[in-house]
This record gives sequence, C-alpha cells and structure tokens, in this order.
Amino acid sequence: MYVAVKGGEKAIDAAHDWLGEVRRGDPDIAELSLAQIREQMTLAVDRVMSEGSLFDPDLAALAIKQSRGDLIEAIFLIRAYRTTLPRFGASHPVETDTMQCQRRISATFKDVPGGQILGPTFDYTHRLLDFKLAAEGNAPDTSTQDAPDLAAERKPHVMEFLNKDGLIESAEATDETPPDLTREPLELPANRALRLQNLTRADEGFLLGLAYSTQRGYARNHAFVGELRIGKVAVEMDIPELGFSIEIGEMTVTECETVNQFKGSKTEPPQFTRGYGLVFGQCERKAISMALVDRALRWKELGEDFAGAPAQDEEFVLSHSDNIQATGFLEHIKLPHYVDFQSELELIRSIRTAATAALAETKIAAE
Amino acid sequence: MSDYNFAYLDEQTKRMIRRAILKGLAIPGYQVPFASREMPMPYGWGTGGVQVTAACLTPDDTLKVIDQGADDTTNAVSIRRFFEKTAAVGVTQATSVATVIQTRHRIPEEPLNEDQILVYQVPIPEPLRFLEPRETETRKMHALEEYGLMHVKLFEDISQHGQIATAYAYPVKVEGRYVMDPSPIPRFDNPKMEMSAIQLFGAGREQRIYAIPPYTQVVSLDFDDYPFEASKADGACALCGADHTYLDEVIVDDDGGRMFVCSDTDYCESRRQAGHIGEQGTPYGKDAA
Repeated sequence: MYVAVKGGEKAIDAAHDWLGEVRRGDPDIAELSLAQIREQMTLAVDRVMSEGSLFDPDLAALAIKQSRGDLIEAIFLIRAYRTTLPRFGASHPVETDTMQCQRRISATFKDVPGGQILGPTFDYTHRLLDFKLAAEGNAPDTSTQDAPDLAAERKPHVMEFLNKDGLIESAEATDETPPDLTREPLELPANRALRLQNLTRADEGFLLGLAYSTQRGYARNHAFVGELRIGKVAVEMDIPELGFSIEIGEMTVTECETVNQFKGSKTEPPQFTRGYGLVFGQCERKAISMALVDRALRWKELGEDFAGAPAQDEEFVLSHSDNIQATGFLEHIKLPHYVDFQSELELIRSIRTAATAALAETKIAAE
Repeated sequence: MSDYNFAYLDEQTKRMIRRAILKGLAIPGYQVPFASREMPMPYGWGTGGVQVTAACLTPDDTLKVIDQGADDTTNAVSIRRFFEKTAAVGVTQATSVATVIQTRHRIPEEPLNEDQILVYQVPIPEPLRFLEPRETETRKMHALEEYGLMHVKLFEDISQHGQIATAYAYPVKVEGRYVMDPSPIPRFDNPKMEMSAIQLFGAGREQRIYAIPPYTQVVSLDFDDYPFEASKADGACALCGADHTYLDEVIVDDDGGRMFVCSDTDYCESRRQAGHIGEQGTPYGKDAA
C-alpha cells in the first residue's frame, strides 16, 4: 500500500545537523578562527567583499567559514545580510589618486611620477608547490625589508599624462547621482555608471571569460594596462549635523585603467579610449577584466560597429553577470518539478501515440 | 525573532512592493518592474513569491504554502518556516482556512473565495522570453500588443505535432490585453484562473510583479479549430478516488509499476476524511505509517 511521502520537516532538520557536522570536519583538528581566515585567506575575503558588495573583512571571514569555503555561497550570505542594512547616507566619491598604494604598475610607461611598486604579487613567482609551507610555524623573515612609506606622496593617475596631450578621450567628472541597481530594477539601456556597478558586483569567472573573449577577437579592443593600483583609500561622508565631511574609514580597493587603441569612427576622432575597473580589496584579475568588458560595452557611445560579440551585448552581459542570481536559478532545478514533468509526460505520450499511428499508416501504404 | 522587521522586509521595501502590486492589479497581466531584494533564500527558489507574501501579510493572516500542490515538500516547508519565524503568523495546510496561499506550480483544487490571496512563485515572467530573449524587445512587443510571434509558435506546434505542445506555463491573455505567463502550472489549472480570489505573481530574480484581480477574464491562447484543452492523466486518485483532480504519477516498485495520486495533498486528505476511498486507499486514519 502506498502512503504519500511525508517528512520534509524532519529531513530538513537532519540535513542541517549533518551540514554542521561536516562543516566542522574532524573535531581533533583545531577549529579555524575568523581571524585566521581574515588574515591568511585574504584574497578569498576580498572576493567575497567585492562580489558581496559589502566592505567588511570580519563578516566576509564569517561567511567563508559558514559556507565551508564555497565562495559563491559566502557571497550569497553577505548579500542577504547587506540587503537588511539601513542606508543612512552616501559617501563622497573616493579619490584614488590619494591612494596609499601597496601596488602600482603601468604597462604603458617604463617609469611614471610616483614610481612603480610591484607589491605583494604572484606575478613573478614560479608556480612550484612550496613544501616549506606544509611545515607549520614558519613566519616569513621580514627583517630585510624596509617598510615603504605608503602615504609618502600623491600618485597622479598615469592617464592624466595622456589626457594633457589630448591623446585620450577626456572623462568628465559629473555630479549626477549614479543609479543604484540594488534599489531600482535594472532597466535597459543602462548608462555607464550603472553598468560599472553591475560589473563590480559581477562574478569574477564570468567577467574573466568575457574579457578573454575580447582579447581573442570577439570585439577586440586592444587594451593596455595604463595603470593598475591597489591600496587604501579614505572614505569621507558629509555629516548633516556637523555641516562638513569627515573620514569614516579606510578601505582597500583595486583600480585598473586601460588604454585602448581606437582608430576613430564617424563621430569620434582617432584617439585612445578608456576602460575602467574598480573593485573592493585586492582583486586584480577582476579589475582588469572589468575594464576590458567596460570598454567593449562602450561601442555605441564611441560610434563603433556592433560586432555581435557577447562582451558588447549590454543586455546579455548585465543580465547574466550576477552569480547569486545565476546560481540560484541554476540550482533551483533541484527542487521538485513533478507536476510540470507529469504534464510533459502526458504530452509526450500523446504526441508519440499520434506519431506512431501516422508512421504505421505510411508503412501500410508503402507495402 | 526580534532582529528583523515583521515578515523580514523593512517597511520601506514592503511599501515599494505594495505599490508594484497595486499597479499590477490596476493593469491586469502587465509585468511591473520592482526593486527585488536579496532574500535569505536563493533566487529561483521563490524569492519573488516570498517578497509578495511578506508585503501582503498582516499579523492576523493564516498562511498556507504549497509546492507541486503539496504542503510537505521541502521548499514549501522551508518557506512556511521562514514566515513562522519572521512574522509569527498562523499557518495551516487547509486551503479553506488560509487567507494567503503561496504556491509553486499548482492552483489548489478547492475553489478560492474573495477573502483569499493566491501568491505564485514565478521563474520566468515573460511569456515571450523563449521566442525572443531580449527584454528590450519583448517590452516593446507587449506595448504594441504585438503577439503574432506567439500565435505562429502555437501554429507551428499544431502543424508539427498535431496539437499545441505546451504542457505547463501555457500562455493566457488577460482581460483581452496582455499575454501573460501563468507560471509553470500545468495547463489543467489554467481555467481556474478566473476566480474570486486575488492572484499575485512574484518573480524575484527577474524583478517583476504582476496580478489578476478577482473575476478577471483569463483566456488560454488557442485557435477556433484547435481549442484549448485542460489535460490531465487518465485515471483516478488511488487514495481518494477523485477523477477530476490533477494527478501525479508515482512509481511504486522496481518493475515500474505506477499509481496516480492527487497532487493537491490537502484536497486528497479532506476527501478521504469525508469517506472517499480510492482503489488502493484505506479508510481515513488507518494508514500503515
């Protein structure tokens, strides 16, 4: 005798208990602390902050711990938390030329005022497993390094030098309040500010793939890294009660400006054009990808042709860049669909019956 | 849970959603863009329905949540618990007792009344989406009432398969104006959409809300010579004997033996309580489990 399947409630509770157990792993191994994650998994923390759109290393560390290291799950936790926070104001735009750079490189000029700083990068490491790291308790020897004076001088943007010669399109400052896609539904066509907001929250892998596709010829735009800088910037905000702005904190960001070749179009003279990327934390790959995709999406305002490439297609890029939306919808096909499936089953059976009958008739006629 | 506002969302957000709902009710079948929030459950798992329900609930409401017609499927349990926790409203499995019913993929068998709200979870609100992937285009098509593409699709189905090959999410025209996606309910449920209750549709990921006011005309698209048919499996529920309800096919043994049971579990149970017994059913209250 059949009894309808019951017990969803119990199953859910049991699954949650089991999840807690495997999250902890072998209890004989010391538990990870949030401080350990925050200090030693910094790039994971940075990615969670950037795609979660919330600059808070401690919460990002908690999310990573809770999600067993699944970064998209961690980003989801941060987003769901962020959306409940009240908005009590907006900061001034951050001034990245006063950034305390821990890394600053230009691929277009051998030397630039303010100097190049390689900083903590994997770039020139040989990717050989370092078995010394497998032995615990080895703090790196820092005695030989001079701590650089990061705040030493203002480092002007490399792009400004090109701008002085009129060789690059000028990017005018505007006081217009940028739209906010977390408060208003995305409506297309989007302006550049809205596109950039979408891209800075976008999935790193998705942007990387799109940016790579432009390099391989799908809307190629010949990007050079004019400047890549990573460091701390001050966040300032007007406090109405005080009548002036104060610094409310500092945050690390990665900024990438690309210089893109441009032979001119019907509307624009030959000049270099810009792509821009700005991301929370140290997320170089993401910032560069963002700049390339930003540039590809600007084809219309620069009077270029639409080559039909995915990276040029605003609606395609903006609608599919968010990994929280994507993973939710993708994974929802795990939910029961037996009602829809049942109706498909009926339909297929009925179409098949008709098709088989028709086939039999033609056979008889042929004989 | 005092850390969150009643029904989780803050009042500003609820007001924004209510405005979208009212606009939706004023223009039946029109998809109203709204600033959907990130919810603590994944997109695609009912976030649109949850936001609409959150905006509708008052402390006196009684909530029922179903998925595939059943109250006990895991995601229905999860959403019901969410509102028990964040809104402390009463919950029920009885369709007639509920004031707000959130559903995924089914309309309850028991007719709803004027004091009830039916909230649908919607994955893809755009009925034209699989004919035209661009939102910028489909919005234009709705504005111009340009639905020829949809009729061509239905016609091609008939010429290829001898019938309209859409089994669920069967498109409807609301009050003679907007073509609307009824969400992935089986087409068996389509005729029920002309009802006394308010019907609200929430698509969280796609940021759209739409609505059908009570007693609104809802017509399933068809042709004069190929009229719409609300199909279901032939047979009767093995537990309660109903032959007028939507049936799920259940595989019961290793040889692929099957039986049919009502997909609406509450309806099936109340029929059995009333003494109806199907072929393999036992009198109510005498289940082996």
